[in-house]
Amino acid sequence: MEHIRTTKVEQVKLLDRFSTSNKSLTGTLYLTATHLLFIDSHQKETWILHHHIASVEKLALTTSGCPLVIQCKNFRIVHFIVPRERDCHDIYNSLLQLSKQAKYEDLYAFSYNPKQNDSERLQGWQLIDLAEEYKRMGVPNSHWELSDANREYKICETYPRELYVPWTASKPIIVGSSKFRSKGRFPVLSYYHQDKKAAICRCSQPLSGFSARCMEDEHLLQAISKANPVNRYMYVVDTRPKLNAMANRAAGKGYENEDNYSSIRFQFVGIENIHVMRSSLQKLLEVNGTKGLSVSDFYSGLESSGWLRHIKAIMDAAIFLAKAIMVENASVLVHCSDGWDRTSQVCSLGSLLLDSYYRTIKGFMVLIEKDWISFGHKFSERCGHLDGDPKEVSPVFTQFLECVWHLTEQFPQAFEFNEAFLLQIHEHIHSCQFGNFLGNCQKEREELKLKEKTYSLWPFILEDQKKYLNPLYSSKSHRFIVLEPNTVSFNFKFWRNMYHQFDRTLHPRQSVFNIIMNMNEQNKQLEKDIKDLESKIKQRKNKQTDDILTKELLHSVHPESPTLKTSLCFKEQTLLPVNDSLRTIEGSSPADNRYSEYAEEFSKSEPAVVSLEYGVARMTC
Amino acid sequence: MEFAELIKTPRVDNVVLHRPFYPAVEGTLCLTGHHLILSSRQDNTEELWLLHSNIDAIDKRFVGSLGTIIIKCKDFRIIQLDIPGMEECLNIASSIEALSTLDSITLMYPFFYRPMFEVIEDGWHSFLPEQEFELYSSATSEWRLSYVNKEFAVCPSYPPIVIVPKSIDDEALRKVATFRHGGRFPVLSYYHQKNGMVIMRSGQPLTGTNGRRCKEDEKLINATLRVGKRGYVIDTRSLNVAQQARAKGGGFEQEAHYPQWRRIHKSIERYHILQESLIKLVEACNDQTHNMDRWLSKLEASNWLTHIKEILTTACLAAQCIDREGASVLIHGTEGTDSTLQVTSLAQIILEPRSRTIRGFEALIEREWLQAGHPFQQRCAQSAYCNTKQKWEAPVFLLFLDCVWQILRQFPCSFEFNENFLIMLFEHAYASQFGTFLGNSESERCKLKLQQKTMSLWSWVNQPSELSKYTNPLFEANNLVIWPSVAPQSLPLWEGIFLRWNRCSKYLDEAYEEMVNIIEYNKELQAKVNILRRQLAELETEDGMQESP
Repeated sequence: MEHIRTTKVEQVKLLDRFSTSNKSLTGTLYLTATHLLFIDSHQKETWILHHHIASVEKLALTTSGCPLVIQCKNFRIVHFIVPRERDCHDIYNSLLQLSKQAKYEDLYAFSYNPKQNDSERLQGWQLIDLAEEYKRMGVPNSHWELSDANREYKICETYPRELYVPWTASKPIIVGSSKFRSKGRFPVLSYYHQDKKAAICRCSQPLSGFSARCMEDEHLLQAISKANPVNRYMYVVDTRPKLNAMANRAAGKGYENEDNYSSIRFQFVGIENIHVMRSSLQKLLEVNGTKGLSVSDFYSGLESSGWLRHIKAIMDAAIFLAKAIMVENASVLVHCSDGWDRTSQVCSLGSLLLDSYYRTIKGFMVLIEKDWISFGHKFSERCGHLDGDPKEVSPVFTQFLECVWHLTEQFPQAFEFNEAFLLQIHEHIHSCQFGNFLGNCQKEREELKLKEKTYSLWPFILEDQKKYLNPLYSSKSHRFIVLEPNTVSFNFKFWRNMYHQFDRTLHPRQSVFNIIMNMNEQNKQLEKDIKDLESKIKQRKNKQTDDILTKELLHSVHPESPTLKTSLCFKEQTLLPVNDSLRTIEGSSPADNRYSEYAEEFSKSEPAVVSLEYGVARMTC
Repeated sequence: MEFAELIKTPRVDNVVLHRPFYPAVEGTLCLTGHHLILSSRQDNTEELWLLHSNIDAIDKRFVGSLGTIIIKCKDFRIIQLDIPGMEECLNIASSIEALSTLDSITLMYPFFYRPMFEVIEDGWHSFLPEQEFELYSSATSEWRLSYVNKEFAVCPSYPPIVIVPKSIDDEALRKVATFRHGGRFPVLSYYHQKNGMVIMRSGQPLTGTNGRRCKEDEKLINATLRVGKRGYVIDTRSLNVAQQARAKGGGFEQEAHYPQWRRIHKSIERYHILQESLIKLVEACNDQTHNMDRWLSKLEASNWLTHIKEILTTACLAAQCIDREGASVLIHGTEGTDSTLQVTSLAQIILEPRSRTIRGFEALIEREWLQAGHPFQQRCAQSAYCNTKQKWEAPVFLLFLDCVWQILRQFPCSFEFNENFLIMLFEHAYASQFGTFLGNSESERCKLKLQQKTMSLWSWVNQPSELSKYTNPLFEANNLVIWPSVAPQSLPLWEGIFLRWNRCSKYLDEAYEEMVNIIEYNKELQAKVNILRRQLAELETEDGMQESP
């Protein structure tokens, strides 16, 4: 690679991020075309994907060398000290180049080769089929139909080709409405609740300015409300704070005037925009990165970052949707400005509250494919896949995952998947290793020929499904069991396993979750063993009676039978090993081997002083 | 009976009880000497059966002739009783007020409680100091039991029997006692079998402003050091506070007189600061209307978790001195009955696997809290709702339990007990039918004849049927030192205590049950597999015998 000048540097120190005593590991740093790799003296490997690097910083030279600080999008922060400044400079420059690609074609996904043939790859892409998903929801039906208006992306470039609309909405109405909506994103179906016959629809803001109106748009909204045979009133939820929406009016955009639409109830829910969210996360990370952080600073930082306030706002909005449908049997139309950030958050989370299918592993993938990928959440811009406008980067999808995590905390048995699943998905929205999250809309993805040139993430996750299963999941629950989360502020907690995923010293040292997960696996194996043993015993008993009979008949010693031989070969099978290290100690994600070294550390007779420096080691008077 | 005078109205009909997350219940309210009882007279409805001593504060208000009494309990629960009739309501309120603030200990419920269960093991004799000492004496001969405090004459807050260095005689102990606050001369708190290092605790030295010294004191604590070794004195007060204490006759160990000891000051708060912290925290948790910013700022302003972090950090420091530095430690604050005990007992949780078992933890509480003279009666007289603040009320023990919970959360398989065990101890420290937490010291408990007149909490808890509620299904004995993280990100709010009455825990409880089921099922399957294997092996040998002629 032309960007790599130095491929290997020895005697590099990796500092412990939270240690106040500058504890460090010494090892060798390698730079490959895709990864930065550090191997310490215990042969422990730390792999950092170039695409995960959010920023690289070269600090002022110190006596021990040149510090290099790398912040990753998965919230890993590493602090190296490179002995020679020139090496540090080389690596710094290489990483700057490698972490910010100008073209999609240079992203990892285009070179990643998991040794699958073309048909396997294609099958992988076909794993999630949105047409199937709409069928599962119960559309098309007598009220909703598939529209071919956007088949060629002519009406809206950022929408998928296949859209569901009320059957009374004719093409001219759709075209008219799309002209009255930002980026042409006219109201379409996001989720259909078969039981209530109510729908969640989504769109972008209307170009209403101070007084403009559009007959076709009014028609379309009426068609949506009429598609609900039970409640003719529908809610229009503007997910923005009222002030923001009003400011948009001056730019010829804005929100629906209740007087112009015959049967709507309009509602603001006040979720902040991408820029507020970006700086909120930044503040949160700044506070949490402080060495020797006090409790007081932690909580005031958490408060002033506003992060949990934003999470709660998104959750409250989703609950509003779920309630409108369940309690009032009303359809809901959701929008924000462009209808691809907050709208995606609220529609997907609302559907997840309503429909237990989305709480399964497969269902959750479908949900992401539908409300995020197909409806044009700008993953590449929001995640900064390419060297682009930093103002477009925002943790919108991370917030969605966090909301889901909060739900899993309140309803530990309602989800088929576990926290590791959410973390793994988060890892891959940034990794650019798979094609799913590349690009900003379906049209762009087709142009990039992602299905031919890259692989889909989902089959790889399904293959590893075991790691992502929630052992406490109770699948008995009915499809339409609605989650009603409690959103009193004290229910929202800091998600340590996300934002400190790699700071193992901050994690519980033993994970109940992993133990139960292993035990669940073990139970399955034991059940099998019991069946095996029982059939063997039965065989044996039958044989004994047979033997006696034959003996009596033949008066001779029966030759060794083949069945007997095999059963003699059956040795005392050791019980499925309960991994001791897993039992005694754990981090959070079983998916990642980085936790296993931790176990080793602990199973030594003397545990390493893992966290003491955090507050203790200084023995000053 | 004297209680009859206090009960103005023993019984009111048509009282409506409101509790969080339960539907309102109408029933008959009865007042007895020690309980407030509400009976709906329907078989399957749960009734209220509340100890008066659990009541922290009551509010009353009236709408017309309908009175409402809001009862705030020491376990932070808040319940509401709607009582028809102004007079009845006033009578009930004043009766509850009187009965919940009885000033004589001997009128308290433990003196009247008659157990309905068979006592298998008398808890009063479960944790004798002699037995505890035996555990050490097999490992070391450097320590001895001293009976110098037999009549509580040397130190009123110490038990009759203490463990001291063998080379120090009782006469010297008497002298040292005059040099230490409250007569609390340094005694052994913990012996680390791995390397022979010890934790001692005491009251502050009474150096005063003129730097008084006591040769016997120096000799006593030096007697615990190995040749050429240094020890650490952990003063739980900041240097500033310790210096100020000199003006009142207290002080700290001067380097000049204790050259082999290094002093470390930490600052663990005491008294009203802790009490106010608790009041603020409970207030924040009880208000469901707080928006996110307000909740976080209230949680922060309560400082509760700051105290937790400070206490845990100091305990880790003590444990680190012992296990890492290989140095003995002397711990004290001012009196040596509060922060000192938090630190010595938590250090043992970190260092000593036995203290993480149920029995071991009970022994720890018996030794390091009850016998060590933590004034439970004073500290736990009131809880988070009381307005009449007394200087000596402080949630010192609750903070300790919270710290234990924090460690339990970080090492969920290393403890034999579960969270419910800690919650149970919290409840009984504040209001109980048992005598265990009555009185402020062993000498008071002796005078009250608690052993004869009341039942020990341990007699009840240690019954197999009770123990099963408190047993951690994940427990797997672990002989290691367990170092908790003390970063704020690792120290959450103890929801099981502070949000217990403020949210519905149905889903969490069900998930816990499911977890227990998986573990139980696993045991069952393992047992079955073993049986089948044996069966198969037997059949195989039988076969083998038949085949070999």
